[in-house]
Amino acid sequence: MTTPAEAPLEAPTIPYVDPVRRARARARGRRDGLIASVSTVVVFAILAYLITSSPGWPKVQETFFNVDEAISAWPSLIKAFVLNIKIFLVAEFFILILSLLIALGRGLRAPVALPVRILSTVYVDFFRGVPTILVILLLGFGVPALQLKGVTNSPVVWGTVALILSYTAYVAEVYRAGIESIHPSQRAAARSLGLSSVQTTRYVVLPQAVRRVVPPLLNDFIALQKETALVSLLGPIEVLRSAQIDASANFNYTAYVVAALLFVAITLPLTRFTDWLQRRDTRRRMAGAM
Amino acid sequence: MRRSFLLSAAIPAVAAMALAGCASEADTTASSASPSPSTSQDCSPETMQTLTPGTLTIGTDTPAYPPYFEDDDPTNGKGFESAVAYAVADQLGFSNDQVTWVTVPFNKSYAPGDKDFDFDINQISITAKRQKAVDFSDGYYTVNQAVVALKDSPIADATTLTELRESKLGAQVGTTSLDFITNDIQPTQEPLVYNDTNDAKSALEAGQIDGIVVDLPTAYYVTAVEFDNAKIVGQFPAQDGDEQFGLLMAKGSPLVTCVNQALTALKDSGELQSIQDEWLVGKDAPYFTE
Repeated sequence: MTTPAEAPLEAPTIPYVDPVRRARARARGRRDGLIASVSTVVVFAILAYLITSSPGWPKVQETFFNVDEAISAWPSLIKAFVLNIKIFLVAEFFILILSLLIALGRGLRAPVALPVRILSTVYVDFFRGVPTILVILLLGFGVPALQLKGVTNSPVVWGTVALILSYTAYVAEVYRAGIESIHPSQRAAARSLGLSSVQTTRYVVLPQAVRRVVPPLLNDFIALQKETALVSLLGPIEVLRSAQIDASANFNYTAYVVAALLFVAITLPLTRFTDWLQRRDTRRRMAGAM
Repeated sequence: MRRSFLLSAAIPAVAAMALAGCASEADTTASSASPSPSTSQDCSPETMQTLTPGTLTIGTDTPAYPPYFEDDDPTNGKGFESAVAYAVADQLGFSNDQVTWVTVPFNKSYAPGDKDFDFDINQISITAKRQKAVDFSDGYYTVNQAVVALKDSPIADATTLTELRESKLGAQVGTTSLDFITNDIQPTQEPLVYNDTNDAKSALEAGQIDGIVVDLPTAYYVTAVEFDNAKIVGQFPAQDGDEQFGLLMAKGSPLVTCVNQALTALKDSGELQSIQDEWLVGKDAPYFTE
């Protein structure tokens, strides 16, 4: 037995496995892999055959999956998609900050902070209940119609503001769930060590809470990416509107399919990233239990 | 477990493939038997292959706007297109109560698959690209595009297309009005695109755009009935002097010949012109020069 100081840290975490069992496990793994591939290929082949051999398929292919249409629609779609990305990035930045403030406001327990709590609660209740589409129309057409001096009437700006208002309410609730999931003993322990209430929130509660809610946060942002299309109600040509223009000029829906692929193309990395974060988090939290 | 799952999945799949095979065979025989268009055809409610025998099913979108329809009710025979639809039906021998109306959103009118109308009347302009997906009747109205602006707008007194080039214009999505902006006016700023003319009017009132482009009959209606402070800046023939509204029918519809015969008879008898004079008034808006 070596002394603890000399023991390599990794050594005890590699469990001893009987070589025979290991070989068996490997064989089973190969067989499972084979069955999985065969079943996947068969199922997809049958699906593909069923769809492409159906009587209406040539017409559907012509209307939804037309390569020439896709190529001719591509330049205007990609140009319009830049607007979606811009709206998304700006909105996400403000949402992250504002919703955290709202969530903290709702969590205030000091008697003097009651008005803040009431306001935050009313805000969340209201904007979660009202359809985003109404907020967009109200701000996008309503505010400019007031003809206030010095206030922009840009539909893109007001559409983005509406998205921020609406999504801040959702994201604030995600944050709040995270904050409330932190066990009160954490706060009590931090206070007993002499940290102030603000310091406790900042250094003990929030870091744990935010880590916990990263997957649902990303989920909301993926939804937000798609909701940017609602801004088109106010006139700006974003990718779905661009697809609609193309579709109605040519009586062909292919442009919608291309627009959908563009959305998938940017949400996929984000989805995979969320999965990875979740796995890493689980691994870390389980590390002590192993 | 797994094997039985594959087996149970395979049985319905095979059955479905057999069904699909039958269906596609049935389809080929049906399409080869479809009548080829002839110059003269016996057109009566008894012989015409309408959706429901003895009934003419006509589609239009909702809300149905003046001056094409009145009171959002296509069945009252009021408004230009309602009157044209009933005149065509009458010409084909259908009495008023043999006509049924269905709501057909514009985006759905060109979807592949079976149509739920015999013809769709919804201010749809005939273009070569659209004819790849559907069949159109001959035109029943030659339409010009018009620019509507508030009387204090910077473009209120424009007389040439060049003067419109610096302006911010709006139009309804899916209309040739939008094509007119991008192809003929070619403004330096991207046009704003709306779901319907009502949203475009909101944006016009809110000062987000300098003018909207609509078809001339709509322009007359907007300026005469809806807006006191707006005017028609000018009109312009959108597609080389000849853009026509046509009745939309399914690709290969057996009714095209009969509908065209009816339209020709209505034109020859002057009835179409008198319907137009009754519902679409005013043609004295100035023409734009290049």
